[in-house]
This record gives sequence, structure tokens and C-alpha cells, in this order.
Amino acid sequence: MAKVLVVTSGKGGVGKTTSTAALGAALAQSGQKVVVVDFDVGLRNLDIVMGAERRVVFDMINVIQGEAKLSQALIRDKRIESLSILPASQTRDKDALTSEGVEKIIAELRTMFDWVICDSPAGIERGASLAMHHADVAVIVTNPEVSSVRDSDRIIGLLDSKTDKAEKGERIEKHLLLTRYDPVRAARGDMLKTEDVLEILSIPLLGIIPESPEVLRASNLGTPVVLSNPDAAPSRAYLDAARRLMGEEVPMTVPGEKRSLMTKLFGRRVA
Amino acid sequence: MTNVSRIRPNLRVRGRSFMAFVLSPDAPLRDWLGELDAQIERSATFFAGRPIVVDLSSIPQNDPDLSTLFDELRNRGIRVIGAEGADGLTPAVQAVGGPLIGGRPLGLYEVPDDPPDAPPPPEPTSMTLDQPVRSGQTILFPQGDLTVNGSVASGAEIMAGGSIHVYGVLRGRAIAGVTGNQQARIFCRKLEAELISIDGLYMTAEDMETFRGRSIQARLEGSSIIITEIS
Repeated sequence: MAKVLVVTSGKGGVGKTTSTAALGAALAQSGQKVVVVDFDVGLRNLDIVMGAERRVVFDMINVIQGEAKLSQALIRDKRIESLSILPASQTRDKDALTSEGVEKIIAELRTMFDWVICDSPAGIERGASLAMHHADVAVIVTNPEVSSVRDSDRIIGLLDSKTDKAEKGERIEKHLLLTRYDPVRAARGDMLKTEDVLEILSIPLLGIIPESPEVLRASNLGTPVVLSNPDAAPSRAYLDAARRLMGEEVPMTVPGEKRSLMTKLFGRRVA
Repeated sequence: MTNVSRIRPNLRVRGRSFMAFVLSPDAPLRDWLGELDAQIERSATFFAGRPIVVDLSSIPQNDPDLSTLFDELRNRGIRVIGAEGADGLTPAVQAVGGPLIGGRPLGLYEVPDDPPDAPPPPEPTSMTLDQPVRSGQTILFPQGDLTVNGSVASGAEIMAGGSIHVYGVLRGRAIAGVTGNQQARIFCRKLEAELISIDGLYMTAEDMETFRGRSIQARLEGSSIIITEIS
């Protein structure tokens, strides 16, 4: 049974696209059939991070408007065979994204893949709610700063009330991905501590991605970080997060913090 | 063409008796119809679908409302199958089907009242939330007390007609006694609120600085909010 996962956040620039690409690549590497879908119509980033920007012929809006078939718009990744990307349109108006069109595409993708990973635009606008509407699982990407955490809290509220699952009275599975974490600055108090973020948002933690120049370099190379440098700290964190998504029990590693806290955090499962 | 004669069975005639209720209107008819309406009000199901005979013996032939009596009864859902006691038949009586003969009196019948509807269950006077209240959410429960079994995020707002209990951290706004209840209180396990208010009086975060992070109860004393620490 295919799982639809939405990668979302309240604030922009927290690393949704990077995380979508990294989680997608990590899941695909372990043999799952994965498609990453860019919902950020009007902008277009996921294809760049995935290194597929020169191979985009048709996009999601072409499919919605009936100008292309879904199979024509899907781009097969060159490095991992089981990974595909459905790009967004940069030339069209974001109003071209209709809820009927999205529903049809998601339903079709469900039959073709094991994981449908939707890269949501930031905020609470229509594009974001369309991206989350059909999701079974949500990954909320947050930076350790107050504004990012507050906006994520707002998004979690929407996930609990506005999605298809919520409207049916079910609860959507939610995970927190803490990105751009700097243990030195967190220790100095310049950054919110992991514990504080978890306490405020009270959803289970999927992973902590350390701040690293490796992420930026991978993004500029057009390669998901887990492929460009699998041994780098952020890559290991993303690979662990992907294993947790598949239901494996992987001990949580907090960059630069003591072991006692790691076990404490992993033992923490809230809401 | 040949005629095909069919063999018909003998006509079967059997006797069967039904109980018909007899309504005996009194003059003046207008007042009597009012009493009938009152009875239908109390026992709406009694007349539904029952055959009714109207006894006109106590109505003078020249009563002005006699001509419309049967229409009035029909409008009330009463099925009139005939009339009796009408010696000089008026056209109205003929329209119902003429007089009925051969009836036997059975005595007076007490029309039972419908059983009263069960009273609606009382409105709940408290509400419990098992999920945290998220930023941007507003929870309003004017009927009574509100209990939050989790945290109230900054940017969220909870309002209750009665008291507010927060078992997590209260970071947002808590407004108790919104319907003008001076007895309402606010309890929370950890106070980080942006604002608390009871019956229109409010206190902002700056005024609560000394109680930050504590377990507190807030109540109204005169025209000021009193916060006390609870252990």
C-alpha cells in the first residue's frame, strides 16, 4: 500500500526541499519505489536539487490540464532507478493547481509507487493545503528558532483539521524533522534546544539534521546530500530518518550532545 | 368473433364490524373546534387514520358553520366516514356520504393523551481537550469549564464561560468567565501565558513575571486578578 508523505513547514527556507530530496533518495536507495512531487507551483526548486532541471519537458500543471500524460511528466532519476520526480510548473499561475486535478494525480501515483513524497510550499496558503490534503504521513520541518517553531505549530493544527484524514475523523501520522541544528550555538543558548522544540510541538521526533556546508554544496551540485556524500553527518541523519519512516527502530543521535540525552530523547514519544 | 364466457365465482359477502368513534360537536361549532384542537394538541396520534362518525343531533340545522364543519375536520386530519343524527340532511352531510345506519352505542371513550417527550439530556457543562491547542487556534466554550490535557501554544486562545484548567504549559491566552462569571478561575501547571483574563479583567505577561514557569491559580478578588502559586 502506497504511503503519501507531505514535507511541510510554516516558515520558508527551513529546508523542506532539501529534506524531500534527501528522504526520497534515502528511501529509494533501500529499494522502495519513490516519487517526489513538487507542489510549489510558480516557483520550482525540487528539480534543481535533484539535478533534473534540464530534463523537465512536461510538469504537473500540464498533466492537470490534460496536455500530457502522467507518465510523460515523470522524470526517472539517473542515479537511482526506483526514484522519480514530478516537477512543478514555473511559468503557470499557482491557481492552475486544482483540487480535482491533485486528487487524480495522487490517486494515480499511489498505484505506481510505494512512497509519494510531496514537497509543500511554505505557509498556510492553498498550495500548502492541497499538498497536505491527501497525505497519510506528514514530516514537519522546523529550525531551532522561535518563529519557525510557532509557525510549525500552526501547520500541525491544520494537519489535524484540514486534511482528508482529519475530515474523516482519523489522525494523520506526524513527525518532526529538526534541520540546521548547531550544537555549539544551542549550547550557548542562541538556539532553541531540541527538548524545548519537542516540548512545544509535542509530536514524535524523526531526526535532527546538523547544520553543515555539505548540504549547501549538495544542493548546488544538484544531488541529494545522501548521494553526494553519504558519510557526512547530515546524510547519516537523513538515512536514519528514512529508516525510522519505514518503521525501524533507530537510536536518535543528537549532534554534539551526550549519550544520556540521546536515549532520553528517543524514549520520548508524545502526542 | 366468438364470445368467450368466463365462469365467475359467487360474490362473497361477509359481515365485519369496525369500531368507529363518534364525535358529537356542540353548538357553537367554532368554540367546539377550538376544544378539538386542544385535544389534538395533547394526543396527536389518536385521530390519525381512525374512522370517525359525526353525531350532529345537538347542532341546530341553521348553524352557519355547519356547511364547513366537515372541511374543518378533514383539515385536522380526521377521517369522517359518515354522519348521524342529521334529520333534515344538509348538502354538507350528503357530501360525506349520507347518514350511517345500524350503529350501536358503546359508551364514552376517554381519549388518551400522548406520553410526554423525554426531556432532552442536559447540556454538558464542561469540555475536555486531549490534544494540545495549536498556534492560531481558538477554542471557545461558553457553557462552562474548559480543561486542556496538554499545552496551549503561543498564539492560541482558549475561552470559557467558567474556569480554565491547563495541565500542560499555558503559553497562549486564557480567558475565563467570558459570559460574566466572576467566580471563574484559571489553573495551569506551568504559566508562560501571553495574557490571562477573568470576567473582562486582564493581566499581561509583564504583570505575571514573578509567577513565570510556576503552577498557579488565578481568581478575581474585587476588581483585581489575584495569582497564587499551587504546589
